[in-house]
Amino acid sequence: MITGLLFILFAGMAIGCAISVVVQRNPLYGAISLIGVFIALAALYLTLAAPFIAAVQVIVYAGAIMVLVVFVIMLLNVEEEVNRPLRLRALVPIGIVLAALLAGEAAFILYFVGASVSETINAAASNVGSTSSIGTGLFTEYLLPFEVTSALILMAIVGAMSLARRDRMATPTAAITGGDSTPGALAAPINLRIAGEGANAEFSTEAVGRAMAQEAIRKLDAKKQRVEEE
Amino acid sequence: MDWTNPYVNAGLKLIGINVAFVVVLMIVAYTVLAERRILAFIQGRLGPNRVGPGGVLQPFADLLKFILKEEIVPDKATKLVYFLAPIIAITAALMTIIVYPFGPVVTIPFTDISFPLVIARFDIALLYVLGITSIGVYGIALAGWSSNSKYSLMGALRAAAQMISYELSLGLSLVGVVLMSGTLDLYGIVEQQSGWFGLNWNIIYQPLGFIIYLISAIAETNRVPFDLPEAETELVAGFHTEYSALKFALFFMAEYVNMFTVSVLATTLFLGGFNGPGVAQFPWLGVVYFLGKIVFFLFLYIWLRGTLPRFRFDQLMNFGWRFLLPVAILNVVLTATVMFFFS
Repeated sequence: MITGLLFILFAGMAIGCAISVVVQRNPLYGAISLIGVFIALAALYLTLAAPFIAAVQVIVYAGAIMVLVVFVIMLLNVEEEVNRPLRLRALVPIGIVLAALLAGEAAFILYFVGASVSETINAAASNVGSTSSIGTGLFTEYLLPFEVTSALILMAIVGAMSLARRDRMATPTAAITGGDSTPGALAAPINLRIAGEGANAEFSTEAVGRAMAQEAIRKLDAKKQRVEEE
Repeated sequence: MDWTNPYVNAGLKLIGINVAFVVVLMIVAYTVLAERRILAFIQGRLGPNRVGPGGVLQPFADLLKFILKEEIVPDKATKLVYFLAPIIAITAALMTIIVYPFGPVVTIPFTDISFPLVIARFDIALLYVLGITSIGVYGIALAGWSSNSKYSLMGALRAAAQMISYELSLGLSLVGVVLMSGTLDLYGIVEQQSGWFGLNWNIIYQPLGFIIYLISAIAETNRVPFDLPEAETELVAGFHTEYSALKFALFFMAEYVNMFTVSVLATTLFLGGFNGPGVAQFPWLGVVYFLGKIVFFLFLYIWLRGTLPRFRFDQLMNFGWRFLLPVAILNVVLTATVMFFFS
């Protein structure tokens, strides 16, 4: 009885927050609602006897990824987003159709598959969600998928880094500043704002200042040259 | 009375939560007073000593003052988030209380009722603490954003960046202990350290992990020398610049409860928790050891604040990512290798 009440409470919270994510015009409210969804999902995992998954859900999604999302939104001009008219109105009917499909699938599973699954869950409920069983499973039976996923994530990280750094590689900063400054020097002020992510950018204040000054001089010279040419 | 009845059990847990709540908040209140008196001593001043003998009633005077002060809300603040932020901060800080192992199995004097001094024991207690404290970042980040003030925003950005960066080293420094104990249950980890007359502490096997944990923990709680999010000389008061009266008090309390939490983790994971000589004979002694070790860490915090200058932000990030994180990873690898070959 209590489990049922908890399910209704947290499932309701998850659905309410999820609707709020879609409806909110203010991106920060959307992000906060998404955090609510993740926390409600974690609570549902707990009622399903999967405490480890619940804890990881909170630590990774609510505690790390969403912090970064909130972090980026804090640097945006939210007022502009709120007042901007809705773009791509064609997406609204498509979204409604997809939502109807998803609801249909859920109903199908509930009415046609549900009855047979519940027995197998009860049979294996003893230690299936415990930390040690998950660890053992990951490093024995599911070792290959686990390692492949790790490689995939590593590739994603390296890709994100190279994408974020590409423009700066192209700037002639390194040529101007000579050997004593890395190509990342110009990026340092940006990295200070999104600090922590570009961990191996040059953070020395002196190098940053020199690079910025040289960049400014270079721009000024280019402008002067343009004016003279005209 | 039937102790196994779920409703009786839930009632007992409620009583336990209330007692722990009052104990933790009293310790927090007196940490603030101790901080002011000890800092004053370090700086050759007197500190607050007028309310009650030696100033012992000062926390209550402060609380009354916080309640009665005028509440100022910035005109352009995002009101809903502005009100929500201190609530998130204090709730996340206080939710960790339920897994603190305050003491061993004790018996109430003159009765035969005995129970362990911990509110809830479960498989993932350590992950629970880490998860809940990582939610606490939102209190700070949202406070800074919703205040609509550049000082608050800068403080919040710094706090979020710093807490994400040092959370990694903090988590990795605990992996060594978890590898050794083979469990994430805090009470279980403490019980395993009870050998050698209660002196078989994890710090003996994990000195490197302990040092990394201590440094990251100080950074996680935004205390000196890592107090950049509220650096007075640059940011007025950082993320809580625009907060006044009881909302400011909530942030203040959250900070001190977080200090208490990381001290509890350091004590339980590295310093044997409630273990010590004589605990096996007199279980109530365990509570004294536990609180004594925590008081030691809280004193360390105050001592550092009185003696150390503040990091610069680039130094902070360099230190966290280029030094602390690699050393933490090295510690994990070392522990795993030794465990593999010698056990």
